[in-house]
Amino acid sequence: MDKETTLDWYRQMVLIRRFEQRSSELYQLGKIGGFLHLYIGQEAVAVGSINARGEQDHIITAYRDHGHALTVGSDTKQIMAEMLGKSTGVSKGKGGSMHLADVERRYWGGHAVVGAHLTLAAGIALAEQYKGTDAAVLCYFGDGATNIGYFHESLNLSGVWDLPVLWICENNQYGMGTAVARHSSASSIMQKASGYDIPASQVDGMNVFAVYEATKKALAAIRNGEGPQFLEILTYRFEGHSMGDPLRYRTKEEVKKWREDDPIGILERHILAEKIANKDKLEAIDTAVEAKLDEAVAFAEASPLPAMEELFTDIFVEEN
Amino acid sequence: MAQITMRQAITDALREEMYRDERVFIMGEEVGVWGGTYAVTRGFYDEFGPRRVRDTPISEMVIGGAAVGAAMNGLRPIAEFMTINFAFVAFDAIVNHAAKMHYMFGGQMRVPLVLRAPGGGGRQLGATHSHTPDVIFAHFPGLKVVSPATPYDAKGLLKAAIRTDDPVLFIEHATLYQVRGEVPEGDFVVPIGVSDVKREGTDVTIVAYAQGLQVALAAADKLDKEGIAAEVVDLRTLRPLDMAPVLKSFQKTFKAVVVEEGHRSYGVGA
Ligand SMILES: Cc1ncc(C[n+]2csc(CCOP(=O)(O)OP(=O)(O)O)c2C)c(N)n1
Ligand SMILES: [Mg+2]
Repeated sequence: MDKETTLDWYRQMVLIRRFEQRSSELYQLGKIGGFLHLYIGQEAVAVGSINARGEQDHIITAYRDHGHALTVGSDTKQIMAEMLGKSTGVSKGKGGSMHLADVERRYWGGHAVVGAHLTLAAGIALAEQYKGTDAAVLCYFGDGATNIGYFHESLNLSGVWDLPVLWICENNQYGMGTAVARHSSASSIMQKASGYDIPASQVDGMNVFAVYEATKKALAAIRNGEGPQFLEILTYRFEGHSMGDPLRYRTKEEVKKWREDDPIGILERHILAEKIANKDKLEAIDTAVEAKLDEAVAFAEASPLPAMEELFTDIFVEEN
Repeated sequence: MAQITMRQAITDALREEMYRDERVFIMGEEVGVWGGTYAVTRGFYDEFGPRRVRDTPISEMVIGGAAVGAAMNGLRPIAEFMTINFAFVAFDAIVNHAAKMHYMFGGQMRVPLVLRAPGGGGRQLGATHSHTPDVIFAHFPGLKVVSPATPYDAKGLLKAAIRTDDPVLFIEHATLYQVRGEVPEGDFVVPIGVSDVKREGTDVTIVAYAQGLQVALAAADKLDKEGIAAEVVDLRTLRPLDMAPVLKSFQKTFKAVVVEEGHRSYGVGA
């Protein structure tokens, strides 16, 4: 990977990390309400895979969606405003943290019913196939989501109809407080794809380059007419499932061990070892990210809440 | 004017819209090779091919959800549930996804989708296959719910449903498929969300829709022989509900009877 791209990915991952930390602070101050699911620890997944897509490709994910929104390039100010439920947010303040979307960038959200958006991904892919384009859909979901009927019906249909979907399981080892071994009969998640004759592979989700390469390869296979593909990306969420998680289901030692594989730390060590940039240069990137987030938070805080009338708009396109 | 069955009227609307708009396609269980469980799409598979008439696996959750996704991304799907009873399996796709995408993302997404489902009881199919859950679906803002009573309305309303940019649940009472009525040749639309006075009268207002209209009209005939002039209002659409003709009639008659097929509590009459 060239130096500039590597540094840009570092910047994107730091932007997600710091966005999440700032969000956590704003939540504790009561400025963000509702649910808040942090992506800290999983940054390399969104950054590695979304940077491997073509401009024509679509993105859709679950409620742990801030990292994806930031990486597709949506405006950081508008994303932060949505987190605070403000009218200037990407979804006019009606969606909140779990429902960030940017349809112009082919980013279809943020969806909060576990597994449901896999069916939407199948439909978005069907539309591309129907129109005869070479666009694919990158559909992200958790390990826990692989147990709901939606997952199985969507994978099966994608296989039967040869839909251009890249199924991306972000296996962060837990669905809320339930470890994979306690929630999935199949011991490897990837194995589930083989039940539908969908080629699958496992990827180190702490290494942004590995995620990038695997995604590139899978998308090429889809465009080569080999049908839907499946990636199981092994990762870990460093924080709780959402705010207020008592964290009773895992040990401090386990978290510590995974934190040694911090995806940003791994990339930073690589950058320094390969002399792609020095410490000063990385600090300058961090400072620029901070300035961008200062601006985003200030914008969000200064923005108005949606007007009362907004409760009754956007219900139907054609009221009658 | 030609007398055709409600089944034929629905078939005609589907075929004409498929020719009018390339984005329109049909998906569902047994809609293709089989020709539709209620024979509504008989011949379509040969006429339009497997790209536009798509047999699905028995997977209601993804039939509902993938139709929503395809609609979001520029197509105009007509997804068929074999019967409304199986739409319960897709309840989340319908009320949480079809109905909420436009609102929850601040108007960024549109879901121009028609979900067709034969419904209703009275055919000795047992408790799980005899529901009339129309009002349950009509409860949710964001989803239009239409259920016609005559071949004319069925054709015009289905065309309107296919053309609107909103998701529509189109419920066809299965006992009405053989009912005949006058339907003009060619293109016409009946607007969604407009109730219709099917018979004028001065003494009592009978409010009905779908199969209930048959009951209401039969009752009105009977009342007529006893010297009572009943006015019959057909709702046609449960959401958005047009109460104006009902209230206007009530101001004239001061008496109203609601005919519906569902359970006693929490129905349309409520
Ligand atoms: C259908 C449904 N059931 C339950 C929930 C509550 N819930 C939200 S997130 C979650 C865990 C999902 O775990 P996973 O798919 O592994 O994703 P992760 O949170 O780890 O990213 C649960 C049970 C839900 N949102 N939807
Ligand atoms: Mg998980």
